[in-house]
Amino acid sequence: MTVVSAKTLGLTFHTNDGDVVALSDVSLDIEKGEFVSFIGPSGCGKTTFLRTIADLEQPTSGTLTINGMTPSEARQKRAYGYVFQAPALFPWRTIEKNVALPLEIMGYPDADKRARIARTMELVNLTGFERKYPWQLSGGMQQRASIARALSFDADLLLMDEPFGALDEIVRDHLNSELLKLWARTQKTIAFVTHSIPEAVYLSTKIIVMSPRPGRVTDIITSTLPSERPLDIRESPEFLEIARRVREGLRAGHSYEETA
Amino acid sequence: MRAIWHSRSFAVAAVVVVLVVVWYIGGLLLNLQPQLDTYHRNGTMVPALPQLAADLWSQAKPILPAPHQVLAEVWNTTVRQDLSSKRSLLLQAGVTLASTALGFFIGTLLGLLLAIFIVHNEAANRSLMPWIIASQTIPILAIAPMLVVGFSAAGLSGVLPKALISTYLCFFPVVVGMVKGFRSPDQMQLDLMRTYNASRWTVFWKLRWPASAPFLFTSMKVGVAIALIGALVAELTYTQNGGLGVRLLTSSYNGQTVTIWAVLIIAAAVAAALVVAVGLVERITLRAMGAQPA
Repeated sequence: MTVVSAKTLGLTFHTNDGDVVALSDVSLDIEKGEFVSFIGPSGCGKTTFLRTIADLEQPTSGTLTINGMTPSEARQKRAYGYVFQAPALFPWRTIEKNVALPLEIMGYPDADKRARIARTMELVNLTGFERKYPWQLSGGMQQRASIARALSFDADLLLMDEPFGALDEIVRDHLNSELLKLWARTQKTIAFVTHSIPEAVYLSTKIIVMSPRPGRVTDIITSTLPSERPLDIRESPEFLEIARRVREGLRAGHSYEETA
Repeated sequence: MRAIWHSRSFAVAAVVVVLVVVWYIGGLLLNLQPQLDTYHRNGTMVPALPQLAADLWSQAKPILPAPHQVLAEVWNTTVRQDLSSKRSLLLQAGVTLASTALGFFIGTLLGLLLAIFIVHNEAANRSLMPWIIASQTIPILAIAPMLVVGFSAAGLSGVLPKALISTYLCFFPVVVGMVKGFRSPDQMQLDLMRTYNASRWTVFWKLRWPASAPFLFTSMKVGVAIALIGALVAELTYTQNGGLGVRLLTSSYNGQTVTIWAVLIIAAAVAAALVVAVGLVERITLRAMGAQPA
């Protein structure tokens, strides 16, 4: 079943400096249960595409459907959970209250709310930190809390915009393997934006390689890696071959060239 | 261990000592000429410095009363004065405090409502703000008497006409601070609320309102101090019920400089107490909201 379907999608920002083509002729499908990464240099439109799925940006041409609905309908039906580049936790709420935020807004009954908080806190390994305030947690733990928040209302689609971009590599490796386990347990469909090639290859079942000026898709790579992925799979020839193909896609899109 | 001269109380005490010394010296200089005139009139010789200083610091109506004269006046008009007496500055301070508190309450409420309106309505944002700023460019001393008389003529009586002058002054920092406070959530937090399809009302209660708490208390600290000024200024016109402003006015008619200074000291102490009280509520509230200890 197709969750996200984009056909010749385009988005042009009108700025004082003239028009910026953020997305041009993007056509792709994300199937249910897939883990799809979007990779490319900054300005390639990967975050814009994710925000368009979330109805945070409006496309200027083409069509985009989420579960057969328009992005606006899908947002109103709370069809997705969104994880931002920063945790964006509310500093005046404890971790559990932060996770409860969408549940409060969506009007879940109290008992259900408590059960969901307990379950998602356990999913992201934050059990025991419910009563802490965000500033009492490390950056990695804060981002895990924000993932719990996005999971708490059980949307089938998880949109993640460089969620681990601000974290150091050791924490990032750890959270990557955690995320794979979480994905296996929850059977969610995940769209994941990153600018790290190893991260994209390690996580994904499908990698969308994008290039800037104008933002477009230059390659779509289906991963041949098994679903069980220990961290040292990243030294296997298969892994390196996929990484090479990603790099090739980036090069084909002139992503490695210096621009003024 | 911290050296004593690094402590805050030492710093405050040092400043106080310097001020008192300057004040005493000022008393010597400013009161000299009238004192010399008195000696001349009475045909007495100008005495040696210790006696001269003592005379300069104990005049009945000095240009600048000495600190001990002011303190004695404060003591005599508060602790040693019956609370029911009109001469009790505690009674008068109570009158002023009541109108300050009422005006501050209305002003904070008005400021909050205006800020909410401005943040949620683009037309209000463009049209209201210039008028709000203009309202504060008019000298309060000029407009307060007209407003007080107008309010009285409109049938308002008791503490309300004075309180409304406090309101006129103190709604302003609340509007300006809270417009900024309600707009303090960053784009990511606003986007997050949008992904939940949250209504404007929900965004306000769950995000804008709690995010603006530090701004509210900062505005209220400024607001409560100028609310007191507003009450004092209003009392210069609306004298029926008394108050510190009325004492200020009558003392200045009678040239009772010592009393003027005593009233000023008490007004300052009331203002300081109000600001400290708001600060206390701030600390308790922000701690309950999980603020990181400084």
